[in-house]
Amino acid sequence: VNADDDTDLEDQIAAWRAYMRRRRELDDTDGEELEDHLRGQITDLTEAGLRTDESFLIAVKRMGSFDELSREFAREHSERLWKQLVLAAEPDTPATSTSRSELLVMIGWALAAAVAIKVPAAFGLDFLSDDASFYQRNLALFALAPLAGYFAWRRRVRTGVIGTLAELFALGAIGANAFPLAVDSQSHVLTAIHLPLALWLVVGLAYVDGDWRSGRRRMDFIRFTGEWFIYFVLIALGGGVLTAFTVGIFDSIGIDALPFVENWLLPCGAMAAVVVSAWLVEAKQSVIENMAPVLTRVFTPLFAVALLAFLAGFLWTSVGIDVERDVLIVFDLLLVVVLGLLLYAISARDPAAKPDLFDRLQLALVVSALMLDIIVLLAIASRITEWGFTPNRSAALGENIILLTNLAWSAWLLLGFVRGRASFVKLERWQTGYVAVYAVWAWTVVLVFPPVFNFA
Amino acid sequence: VHITKDLVAASATPLVLGILAEEESYGYAILKQVSELSGGRLEWTDGLLYPLLHRLERLGYVESTWRRPAGGRRRKYYRITDHGKAELASQQAQWTTVVDALRGIWRATRSAGTIAPPALEADQ
Repeated sequence: VNADDDTDLEDQIAAWRAYMRRRRELDDTDGEELEDHLRGQITDLTEAGLRTDESFLIAVKRMGSFDELSREFAREHSERLWKQLVLAAEPDTPATSTSRSELLVMIGWALAAAVAIKVPAAFGLDFLSDDASFYQRNLALFALAPLAGYFAWRRRVRTGVIGTLAELFALGAIGANAFPLAVDSQSHVLTAIHLPLALWLVVGLAYVDGDWRSGRRRMDFIRFTGEWFIYFVLIALGGGVLTAFTVGIFDSIGIDALPFVENWLLPCGAMAAVVVSAWLVEAKQSVIENMAPVLTRVFTPLFAVALLAFLAGFLWTSVGIDVERDVLIVFDLLLVVVLGLLLYAISARDPAAKPDLFDRLQLALVVSALMLDIIVLLAIASRITEWGFTPNRSAALGENIILLTNLAWSAWLLLGFVRGRASFVKLERWQTGYVAVYAVWAWTVVLVFPPVFNFA
Repeated sequence: VHITKDLVAASATPLVLGILAEEESYGYAILKQVSELSGGRLEWTDGLLYPLLHRLERLGYVESTWRRPAGGRRRKYYRITDHGKAELASQQAQWTTVVDALRGIWRATRSAGTIAPPALEADQ
């Protein structure tokens, strides 16, 4: 056996291992064990007088086909067919130091978020009593500043971007606290709702590493938002179960755990969960299929059917919509849902794929939502001057117009795409470009509305 | 003689446990021993030994350790446990019963001189 043969053999074995590594059923230690077997067999065969490449071929053949091998390993190790989110690295392989340090940094930011929400309490601002309004207005700052910090660290963003982030959060703090807003004023509620949206888009600035002009990066942030929301809801459900059990079992020994839950577990846990969810999305984005597009697939047809049925019912009964004061808000929410369904279908779609049935369904969904909304707007148009422009009504109307514009143009682009006249990329670009409109609107409501409406 | 797949599968566990009852060993050595014991007539697909070993480990019949012989590559050794020895004893009893019963029936059919089933003759 000369040196040349040996290097050839090593190359062949390495290629064989690489091929095996692609099988999920076989983990790395299995590969090592099988390689040991292969080498034993090759040694015996060469000692019996065969050339090394012949020995290699025979040894591989005797090992059995990869398909057969994978099947048998899968029967014994069925858990491997379920992709595990890698929290700890696989057993027997040392965790990479980068993922370990990443985990520690995430825990650091989550802890910072949990502590930050309790800092005002040290200055006498109680979470549950009269100061609740302070927390309502500032919650987004407490929740999202650590998240932006986490992404700024993770993406190693430039100093200039960090400065911009700090300025925008400072601006948010001013918007939340500078105006003399009464607790029961409409402006107070509007700020509490719109500041999170405005600051969430600021987090997006950190997420895309300051590269906010790029449509593709904006789409990444939209994907992130959907997944983050799902993880946050799942963690919140788990937290609810934990809370219920904590209160229940302490109650059985005569200790009232409710104050602890309300003052510590709930606020600190929720703040930490914001960062933890973001970390989960980052950790698993290439490991597990995104959930939001799957939900979109399931619910797009159902919503389309529901809306079409409603339209048919509306025409059939010809009663007319009962125009109440809050009806606009309900239809705003409906448009948000429809827009979400559209957005997350876009986010997962291969832009080069041909239009299919799902695209037609989506068009039906968007068009029926638009028709519904126009009916409502027509019904409301005459009443709105009569009611006057309060902050709430102005915000609801403005949002309705923003969403209507988006969906109307989306429907037009979608129609062009379904008929094969326009490319899908246009729709994607329209949606990612429109994010700027949401940002401008949210900041307007937070910063401009209160003075314009005399802090009503 | 060609030994059918089912029979190979059924005999695999007692064979592996029997070999490990002698002394601890590793995959390739176990397979070589099976081949020697059967005079090369018991043919396994080499790779399939490992899922079997992992199953025996999960059931607690064997335990494994990774060891590195001086200057060599890391290798996984298997050793039989007390639980495995009990299983081996039970398997031995089962196989003895089956073999005895088969011997009995074959002696009976031969002495009676009746027509043996063609399938059996082909196998003899």
